Amino acid sequence: MIRVVHYINQFFAQIGGEEKANIPPEVRDGILGPGMAFKAAFKGEAEIVATVICGDSYFAENQSAVSQILEMIKKYNPDLFIAGPAFNAGRYGTACGTIAKAVKDNLNIPVVTGMYVENPGVDLFKKDIYIISTKDNAAGMRDAVPKMAALGLKLAKGEAIGAPDAEGYIPRGIRKNYFAEVRGSKRAVDMLVKKIKGEQFESEFVMPLFDKVAPNPPVLDITKAKIALVTSGGIVPKGNPDKIESSSASKFGEYSIEGVYDLTEETFETAHGGYDPVYANKDADRVLPVDVLRELEKEGIIGKLHEKYYSTVGNGTAVKSAAKFGAEIAKRLIADGVEAVVLTST
Amino acid sequence: MVKEIERAGLPVVHMCTIVPISKTVGANRIVPTVAIPHPLGNPNLSKEDEKALRRKLVEKALKALQTPIEDQTVFED
Repeated sequence: MIRVVHYINQFFAQIGGEEKANIPPEVRDGILGPGMAFKAAFKGEAEIVATVICGDSYFAENQSAVSQILEMIKKYNPDLFIAGPAFNAGRYGTACGTIAKAVKDNLNIPVVTGMYVENPGVDLFKKDIYIISTKDNAAGMRDAVPKMAALGLKLAKGEAIGAPDAEGYIPRGIRKNYFAEVRGSKRAVDMLVKKIKGEQFESEFVMPLFDKVAPNPPVLDITKAKIALVTSGGIVPKGNPDKIESSSASKFGEYSIEGVYDLTEETFETAHGGYDPVYANKDADRVLPVDVLRELEKEGIIGKLHEKYYSTVGNGTAVKSAAKFGAEIAKRLIADGVEAVVLTST
Repeated sequence: MVKEIERAGLPVVHMCTIVPISKTVGANRIVPTVAIPHPLGNPNLSKEDEKALRRKLVEKALKALQTPIEDQTVFED
């Protein structure tokens, strides 16, 4: 019987939501939460002997969590490690990737996790580990688990792993030689004909997509510069006038801070549904530092704090939406003569 | 958002707690912060100490905006 240790967060362990995201790692014997679905998918070939749980914020904020969790896993002497699936949860995905890579490197056993393609954990870890491509929310559990379980069993048994499309994992950039039935010249011409006809075709050599933006030159005289604040932490005037969604935001807000020297519990709050809102609701300067920038403005250390700030909720928000918001915000900032931006994220 | 603001030509500093994510999204000037639910604060401190901590972090961000860089740079202490 293949021994499996499973890693999940506080939410999937049914301990709690954001208010419990700070719980330190713990290990429990046997199955918990999504482990039930894995048990069914293993069809008796493998058994989850233990489940490790850690709060998403605790993992992100404590580097020692990795070694703690490794120790817990090691004791169970597993043959396979499974993390998640994390869908589009950014902290959870990053945690699943980090711990899976650490298990692979330190315990030398196969690992599998699952994430939505836009999860930041994908770009961080797709080269190192197998990440099954999932939907962006937990409704995709039923689809994700059988694929993760099947790939995990294959890995644990030392069987050959097929191409990303066949197994359902996110391409890792590994090339494998194989004997094709049709020779290269014919394949290339076929592809060209399809392209000319406007039909779908698949390149055999997918170019990696590099989208790096080079840093801009620094601000030369910050004592004369107009600085703007932008946040993905969801800080909005009390009552959330634009009804920015608590997750998967479809918009951003533009708000005046003219004459505002301090964000208070009575005037501002967060619309973000992806972190414990208690601290930001009590004092939103903890996310959007208006009070300090006003001081620096008064002391002449910066030229001016822009009278408008921009806010959205970065919680499962599509990369495409975020890019669109960023471009539009930049356009407005430039039109208003802003010279530099401080962007805060939670 | 950081990348698009940079692309538009504005120098931008990203203040955030999970630095690897900031690097992945393509931020160039990065200042690590305190914690996810309160990046620029610490509710365990007195109001004065908390504001001093916030000011220190914002000053670090301003320094980042005034520093010429070639590649992604994390501004630690």
